[in-house]
Amino acid sequence: MKITYREALNQAMCEEMERDDRVFLMGEEVAEYNGAYKVSQGMLDKFGPKRVIDTPITELGFAGLGVGAAMTGLRPIIEFMTWNFAILALDQIVNAAAKMKYMSGGQYSVPMVFRGAGGSAARVGAQHSQSLENWLANVPGLKVVMPSNPADAKGLLKAAIRDNDTVVFIENEINYGDVGTVPDGEYIIPLGKADVKRVGNDVTIVAHSRMTGFALAAAEELAKQGIDAEVIDPRTIRPLDETTILRSVAKTNRVVTVEEGWRFAGIGAEISARIMEKGFDDLDAPVIRVTGKEVPMAYAANLEAMTLPSVADIVEAARVVCGRA
Amino acid sequence: MSAEQNQGAGIMHDGVFYNAETLHQMHDSMLFIRRFEEKAGQMYGLKKIGGFCHLCNGQEAVCVGLHHASEPTDYMMTSYRDHGHILARGSDPTAVMAELLGRKGGIVKGKGGSMHMFDITKNFAGGNGIVGEQVPIGLGFGFSSWYRNDGRVTICIMGDGGINQGAVYESFNMAALWKLPIVFVVENNQYAMGTSLDRASAETQLFKRGISFKIPGMKIDGMDVLEFERKMRTAMAHARSGEGPILVEAMTYRYRGHSMSDPATYRSRAEVDEWRTGRDPIARIQGQMIEAGIATEEDFKQKDRDIKKEVAAVAKAAEEQPEPDAAELWTDVYSDPIEGAYPYPGKVS
Ligand SMILES: Cc1ncc(C[n+]2csc(CCOP(=O)(O)OP(=O)(O)O)c2C)c(N)n1
Ligand SMILES: [Mg+2]
Repeated sequence: MKITYREALNQAMCEEMERDDRVFLMGEEVAEYNGAYKVSQGMLDKFGPKRVIDTPITELGFAGLGVGAAMTGLRPIIEFMTWNFAILALDQIVNAAAKMKYMSGGQYSVPMVFRGAGGSAARVGAQHSQSLENWLANVPGLKVVMPSNPADAKGLLKAAIRDNDTVVFIENEINYGDVGTVPDGEYIIPLGKADVKRVGNDVTIVAHSRMTGFALAAAEELAKQGIDAEVIDPRTIRPLDETTILRSVAKTNRVVTVEEGWRFAGIGAEISARIMEKGFDDLDAPVIRVTGKEVPMAYAANLEAMTLPSVADIVEAARVVCGRA
Repeated sequence: MSAEQNQGAGIMHDGVFYNAETLHQMHDSMLFIRRFEEKAGQMYGLKKIGGFCHLCNGQEAVCVGLHHASEPTDYMMTSYRDHGHILARGSDPTAVMAELLGRKGGIVKGKGGSMHMFDITKNFAGGNGIVGEQVPIGLGFGFSSWYRNDGRVTICIMGDGGINQGAVYESFNMAALWKLPIVFVVENNQYAMGTSLDRASAETQLFKRGISFKIPGMKIDGMDVLEFERKMRTAMAHARSGEGPILVEAMTYRYRGHSMSDPATYRSRAEVDEWRTGRDPIARIQGQMIEAGIATEEDFKQKDRDIKKEVAAVAKAAEEQPEPDAAELWTDVYSDPIEGAYPYPGKVS
């Protein structure tokens, strides 16, 4: 069936809530407004106000509520309208949810999902356009998931809700309206598994979230120029499926990583380091990282466009890494 | 108002005399904000403004009242619903419009957009996009005035939704503990996006939110600029006297949706009309001025035509500006950039 990314997320939540009455959804505007981005459309009607709950604008408080409820065995889905606002809740995510299992010597687990829109939206400026996955992926105890298309969104969110650990699930605001085919019936994608989105032999492009689409577009362009790119979407950032990436590098010997976020200690840095550690002999050229520019996001259209990676940037990087520039 | 001014045409409002000049200023400023916001809405519709754009139609009396009750040296900061406040403060409207359009001459060089208006020359410190964020920042401005003993008051504005953030109460406590010169102003427009006040707040009388911190509260009609200005003066005097912070709840209403993308289906037409036609702050002051014989209906019609022209000229001047220079991408990240360190210009590789 062809549905949007937002509908896929909605289906995942509805199916899991039908299946397990410990699952509830809480966040700002999730109920009566049907979600700021309409991801929870119709869920209040379906499940009622006890399971689809509007909160005041108090991110730290309701994130902590989720942690506490999860410690008693409920399975909260805590929605952040966007991940920018989750910065207020980082104490509960990083200091509580991620560490509780360890700190309690295994007595308490925190089976919950923190989810919402991440990455850059269009023209919303510095405080509403940023990528925080590298912050979160740095934390042991968290699993970090970022779907790039509707099918992955559904399959991964269902897995995240069933997972017995805390899953940070970062959606992409610009992808919400994207349409894609999602398999009918129960569809679950295990966490921690990368997906080869395009098979190729000349260069491996690793990209996640919205950048996966950019990488695929770049691969089409590269094909016209005689470069056959393989595109890998890790889908789960932590734990990272390095096996799939290393297998591809063994074949192509050349790698470009792509991310919207800043370069410093970014996802590309982690991937490059792992390839250097475990696949050094497979490399014919240094890994090239395509990243967002290291500036806060400006509002002006021209500056915004300069800040974000483009398809052309990826094409250029692939040409350079293949010695074709 | 001093005794000398207490002469000639004007309005005596609960013991305070407003002369004709002040009344015209307040009226014109409110009307300018209204027309400016309408223009911004139009420009958004034409896709000349992008992203999030939050208009303040209906809330003009709060913007103008705050400005008139304060000194230019007083500090002010607010949320993303900031156009009206910065305009009331006297910032260049062309620079504000250019900011909305993301142009070079924008008030923050096109870097901030609608949500991030700043004007240090007017002591206006944003323009903050994260709900509640400006409250601890305002605490810091107030602290600075206490530290320097500079006699300034900080006007720290938040929404009825924003007041629920935890950091607000941390700030209230410190402000009261150290008797900092701050007026916390809640613009209670009764909605936070689609959430009505009673669905988000256990205590809906927001002026009471400071009680457990011993912060006195005042609830003021924010649809009557004279009433609001007059009472706001007493709040300012309280903060300036060294007695500590005070909390003002301004009762107001936003006529438009939360932002340009919000159809506002969570409230009834009748409710909006009740405020819009029954309590409009511009119509109100016009009525008061006509009654006092200071202006006629025809004067106001003419004024409206003039202001519309002025706003159109502002929009035109802003639109004629180019986008920011590409080199601006790398400026303003640090005050003291370290040579060779990030951020650096450069190609992908
Ligand atoms: C921390 C945070 N959470 C959520 C948002 C999204 N958001 C933007 S405005 C808003 C509603 C705020 O309402 P209120 O404080 O009443 O101010 P108003 O918009 O009415 O002026 C929300 C939830 C945000 N910007 N920051
Ligand atoms: Mg409000």
